[in-house]
Amino acid sequence: MTKALSVLLIDDNPARAEIVEAGLSAAGYRLLARLEGTQDLTARVRELEPDVVVVSIDSPSRDTIEDMRRTTDLLPRPIALFVDRSDPATIAAAMEAGVSAYVVKGLAQDRVRPVVDVAVAHFNRYHSMREELDRARLSLVERKSVDRAKGLLMEQRGMGEEAAYKLLRKLAMDQNKRIGEVAQEIVTYAKVLKK
Amino acid sequence: MAELERPRLKVGYIPIIDCAAIVLADELGAYERQGLEVEIRREVSWANVRDKLALGTLDASHILAPLPLALTLGIDSVSVPMINAMTLQVNGNALTLSQSLWREMEDTAPELVGGGHAPLVARALAAVVAKRAAAGAPQIVLASVFPYSVQNYMVRLWLSSGGLDPDRDVRLTVVPPPHTVAHLSAKVIDGYCVGEPWNQRAVALGIGRIALTGPDIWRGMPEKVLGVTEAWAEKHPNTLKALIKALIEACLWLDDPANRPEAARVLSSPRYLNTPVEVLSRTLDMPDFHVFQRNAANFPWRSHADWFLAQMIRWGQVAPGIDVKATSDRVYRTDIYRAAALEMGVACPEVDRLPPGGHGEPVMPPMDAEPKQFPIRLRSGEQS
Repeated sequence: MTKALSVLLIDDNPARAEIVEAGLSAAGYRLLARLEGTQDLTARVRELEPDVVVVSIDSPSRDTIEDMRRTTDLLPRPIALFVDRSDPATIAAAMEAGVSAYVVKGLAQDRVRPVVDVAVAHFNRYHSMREELDRARLSLVERKSVDRAKGLLMEQRGMGEEAAYKLLRKLAMDQNKRIGEVAQEIVTYAKVLKK
Repeated sequence: MAELERPRLKVGYIPIIDCAAIVLADELGAYERQGLEVEIRREVSWANVRDKLALGTLDASHILAPLPLALTLGIDSVSVPMINAMTLQVNGNALTLSQSLWREMEDTAPELVGGGHAPLVARALAAVVAKRAAAGAPQIVLASVFPYSVQNYMVRLWLSSGGLDPDRDVRLTVVPPPHTVAHLSAKVIDGYCVGEPWNQRAVALGIGRIALTGPDIWRGMPEKVLGVTEAWAEKHPNTLKALIKALIEACLWLDDPANRPEAARVLSSPRYLNTPVEVLSRTLDMPDFHVFQRNAANFPWRSHADWFLAQMIRWGQVAPGIDVKATSDRVYRTDIYRAAALEMGVACPEVDRLPPGGHGEPVMPPMDAEPKQFPIRLRSGEQS
């Protein structure tokens, strides 16, 4: 059995980096460090000598890593070059997920691909978690708008709470909109019309 | 209007002032007037721009002027034939040094630093380099934005003009523009060469000083260009022409001084440069510092490409044996630009090249005019 590959992770988003780090460790890789782009990456890469550097695509630090080809013997090469031209889909999937990876030493392709796969899976996992969170947050905002719109209808049209809610739902259905959107519109118009 | 092969496009840009034409063409409705529906996409690194163009995730992008040449030659980590369809800005970058390095230069060589004369300022730096070396102090670290960038070549030429060897006497590195100010402040680097607003920002924070502007080294230097892959250009000739025309319209608008305040206001938005409008105005109002269209600024001069290739050879990025003229002709597509400019009624040079020195570009310093030996290390360590 060959030695576990060592991986350096560069990500400016600590919450995501934590998830990806856990995923890489669980898959048996040796995590050397988790860095942010504001550090002296050239010095750190030289000092840590990782086999693979995984860099989030939304971090500008890729440009720094690429320049190391010139000054060190480590020759980081992006997987975009590494994966042969017959498989642009793998690269596209990695880019889509927000992962770029660099092979620092002359590793064979089949040893590096799984590292990229694990990183891609965990980047995606993080993004779907965040999406769920956004949805929850959005509906909270929408819930607030609905409450305010209900209050306005009750106050100005003398409706009961139940009737006010039903009216909002009907307006939403008639206009093919979400109830939160309709509620927000009512709140906005009320603000404009108020003296 | 000729039929567009691909009316819906994704066009990338990096948030630096010279992306202005790409943003303003959208804001002014210039793309629509050419029948294009363009989604402009903010990118964070040149590596991303390059990869996305190669993969087709982007149709076209704002890109460093020398990069299409490097990608066509296959000397960068991705190899893909690219073209420069037009230049997007001339001038516009500067060299910022940390306040502490500047003070060190003033203390060491007060007679050299004051006048903004590039070779003299470089000699002041050389004096500091010598002093530090004698004292066993750490090397000076200077950053540019990418190995194949005007900024990299400018820093190298500037250092050479003061008698310094850029590969031996200082340490050169790459720092992405949004990180430059933080790195300078943390003393990870001592200075950098980058486009705006990143020089003005260090000045505004009081941590850096603009030692020289780009025009102090080369007045009339092409900065960023519109890049598409050669295959994309061949497949979408009418679309490319429409895109160039929309960008020419934006460049004409940008060069009208009356429009600069509005340009600063639009670009300051968090969607684009996310920079206070007064910081942008300060640099946009500098005379001749951001040239978007005047003096044939958009023309992809093949003599510019020749100069970039000479730099690549000079600094060991490519073997000296390459066919410079053929490479320039293939990548800098004067024919495509001319056809678009003609339809816009914009005057165009009739020749593709000016003789050496014709653009006011720096000539090679005599101290080390021989091409550097191609660094064997660059390739030999690679295994597949």
